Amino acid sequence: MPTVSMTVNGKSATGQVENRTLLVEFLREQLGLTGTHVGCDTSQCGACVVHLDGMSVKSCSLLAVQAEGRAVTTIEGLAQDREQHPLQAAFKEHHALQCGFCTPGMVMSALDLLRRQSDPSEAEIRDWLEGNLCRCTGYHNIVKAIHAAAQGGRGQA
Amino acid sequence: MYDFNYHRPASLDDAARQLAAADAKLVAGGMTLIPTMKQRLASPSDLIDLAGIAGLEAISDAGDAIVVGAMATHAAVAGDPAVQAKIPALGALAAGIGDPQVRNRGTLGGSIANNDPAADYPAALVGLGATVRTDRREIAADEFFTGLFETALEQTEIITAAVFPVPDLATYVKFPNPASRYAIVGVFVARGPAGIRVAVTGAGPCVYRAREMEQALASDFSADALDAIAVSADGLNGDIHASADYRAHLVGVMAKRAVAACG
Repeated sequence: MPTVSMTVNGKSATGQVENRTLLVEFLREQLGLTGTHVGCDTSQCGACVVHLDGMSVKSCSLLAVQAEGRAVTTIEGLAQDREQHPLQAAFKEHHALQCGFCTPGMVMSALDLLRRQSDPSEAEIRDWLEGNLCRCTGYHNIVKAIHAAAQGGRGQA
Repeated sequence: MYDFNYHRPASLDDAARQLAAADAKLVAGGMTLIPTMKQRLASPSDLIDLAGIAGLEAISDAGDAIVVGAMATHAAVAGDPAVQAKIPALGALAAGIGDPQVRNRGTLGGSIANNDPAADYPAALVGLGATVRTDRREIAADEFFTGLFETALEQTEIITAAVFPVPDLATYVKFPNPASRYAIVGVFVARGPAGIRVAVTGAGPCVYRAREMEQALASDFSADALDAIAVSADGLNGDIHASADYRAHLVGVMAKRAVAACG
């Protein structure tokens, strides 16, 4: 079986995988990073969004071997010294989650947006979330939380 | 997903050699192929990842043309200053594919090699009269897309870039499937060195040129010039999202909107 090595949340991670092992499977099953979720498994829902070299990607549509030598950030990598990342804090403050299943993907996706655009409009936020599905909140508070994090100038992680 | 042999060659020559294996497939961004493999609708023996070949992702300004490397992602094309300055319609098309995460991985080469009947890029290539560059030759877009998921590529041939001549005017308008953002119908209209072109995607089994519309626009480049043209539903796609009749109607509407937006 091939060995893969990558940096995950700043630490080097190595494991034995099959060529067909998905990145999300490697993260969840081998590294125990279960914050990254699998929702639809058909690349629609965005619950599995992580960052690959700083860009948001769907880890259910990427092979672990494709991430060889690259840097992956998951939701577990955002909080520093047990302090929530400002986007996480904004999601909490604005009640941007109910069941929480989509939240890791929402936060990782939103972080990519805020790194590109420090102060997106509501329409831009909604457009950006095209690849993230939430079945509880109706998106309204998610958009509010992202907007608040951006206005606070706190999207730059 | 069935297992496979994985290769990440560092050169086109190595990739072409590995591609000669029976049932080998190239993977670029993998945004179509990997989900297809997960559903076991594809089960290649060997997967050859083009990500290790340096330079395939380059986008360059060649003066009267923009050269987009096969591994350029949709996000890179959408954000490229030369694309935005010279062919904004191409940048807007790339910015409207799928969702941000798909655009961060999906590539031009992958899209055109797959030739999905509802993909956006084939309309841009045919609409702008682009040329597909491979590891061995150049193929005019008009000859490249040959049918439903079919192209003129040979078994071991690898796309390296697409060369887009800079038009005077161009617009792409699509009626997206609201879930996938694939085109139910998309129309790319351009006027430039390749003449007046109207390329339609999503409607039929493969991108095609609406010649009657092109002729009408040649004498009068206005949305009104398309009023008299009735689009036939013969041979168009019908599915749960839209009937052939509805798609035929949308071809006319999208074409008029595209021409109007060119002005």
